[in-house]
Amino acid sequence: MMPLRKFSIHQPSTVAEASQMLAQYGEKGRLYAGGTELLLAMKHDLLRYEHLVDVKTIPDLNRIELKNGALMIGGSATHRAIERSAIVKQSLPVLAEMETKVANIRVRACGTLGGNLCFAEPHSDPATLLTALGAKAHVQGKAGVRAIAMDKLITGAYETSLAGDELLVGVEIPVLAKNQRAAYLKFQLKERPTLGLALFLELDGDNIKKASAVVGSVSVSPTQSEQANRLLTGTRAQVEKQIGDAAEALANAADPVDDTEGGADYKRHLIGVFLRRAFVKALA
Amino acid sequence: MNLQFTLNGKPWSVDCEPADTLAEVLRNQLNLNGTKVSCEVQVCGACTVLVDNLPVSACTYLAYEARGKNLLTVEGLEKADGTLHPIQQAFIDDFAFQCGYCTPGMIMAAKSLLDENPNPSREEIIHHMDGNICRCTGYVPIVAAIQRAAGMIAKEKKQ
Repeated sequence: MMPLRKFSIHQPSTVAEASQMLAQYGEKGRLYAGGTELLLAMKHDLLRYEHLVDVKTIPDLNRIELKNGALMIGGSATHRAIERSAIVKQSLPVLAEMETKVANIRVRACGTLGGNLCFAEPHSDPATLLTALGAKAHVQGKAGVRAIAMDKLITGAYETSLAGDELLVGVEIPVLAKNQRAAYLKFQLKERPTLGLALFLELDGDNIKKASAVVGSVSVSPTQSEQANRLLTGTRAQVEKQIGDAAEALANAADPVDDTEGGADYKRHLIGVFLRRAFVKALA
Repeated sequence: MNLQFTLNGKPWSVDCEPADTLAEVLRNQLNLNGTKVSCEVQVCGACTVLVDNLPVSACTYLAYEARGKNLLTVEGLEKADGTLHPIQQAFIDDFAFQCGYCTPGMIMAAKSLLDENPNPSREEIIHHMDGNICRCTGYVPIVAAIQRAAGMIAKEKKQ
């Protein structure tokens, strides 16, 4: 394979400086974190940049902390750091468990949560789970700081709503309350998942009063369906009767695509299987 | 740019381009050809080396990232007297390779596992080695070799 085309690496020491560099280099520059997706695309000459802005030189951008009932995970925290973090394991085990299954050990050692979300590769495990958990991306650019809901951050395959000078500073993920449950399951035959499915439930005694089912990898970006979420509320017995319809509504919303990970019909079938499994797991 | 790092226990200073991968620097500049390059998309694990004890894909890991760090490649495993590392010996004893192309990466991935978890279960070995692909031997002897190596290392430590 061809070597990488030449580029310069820049080392900002603050978020503001990184934002300024992104604005300055425009289309010729890109933020560089773990490189586990960006460098592959550059090696295949699918993307060309003359300037990479290394976000890892900004101190403390990889911090993981618990603040006011939410995990705050810095943009440059690696998958491995999240997977191993005592704070994450204790306060939101579903996130730590999902991270242990991202890609492989080498990708987890280098790849970052911020990079994963901002590259918006359609097979992202974190994007699917974080959408179900109601996480928010905190971004900063020259216009200031703003928080974006996960489903507004990722707008398509490899597309986000970030402005050219904005970067993801961190992700705020509410930890589960006593009456909330969550599960994440994935199905994978080859190097990328065929399907990832996250389910969040809020209980009131035996009643499920709120549900959010999100399916990823089957199409361009994580998807949920209001109709499916509605069908997943009610008594447990009711939901068990409606879960097939919920899966169908979710599959219709996701509109799976045929690709090397599986045919569209097969993926629709998997949505039904994994929604049931996630439901059982979340309530276990 | 000039990079300084520790490689297989020795300090090194290397001049390279920001776009050079660690595999290119190791193989082309330092003539350390033990690290193999195959898929070049972080999937196969043939190029696995350890950076500060963490496994990385040298094929798409910029050499720039190694600045100031401690690197270990398969060439750095044997002892000064040429005795093989227990993982290397176990791979021979269990016939855990045929063509051998994936072996350096397998051994380095196994090293990162056993450094962290000296007595892994079969499931833990499989989970850790999941991202290293072998296309000829199959995985049964590789898992057996890693279990054998864990035993050999434990025995060495007792002595």
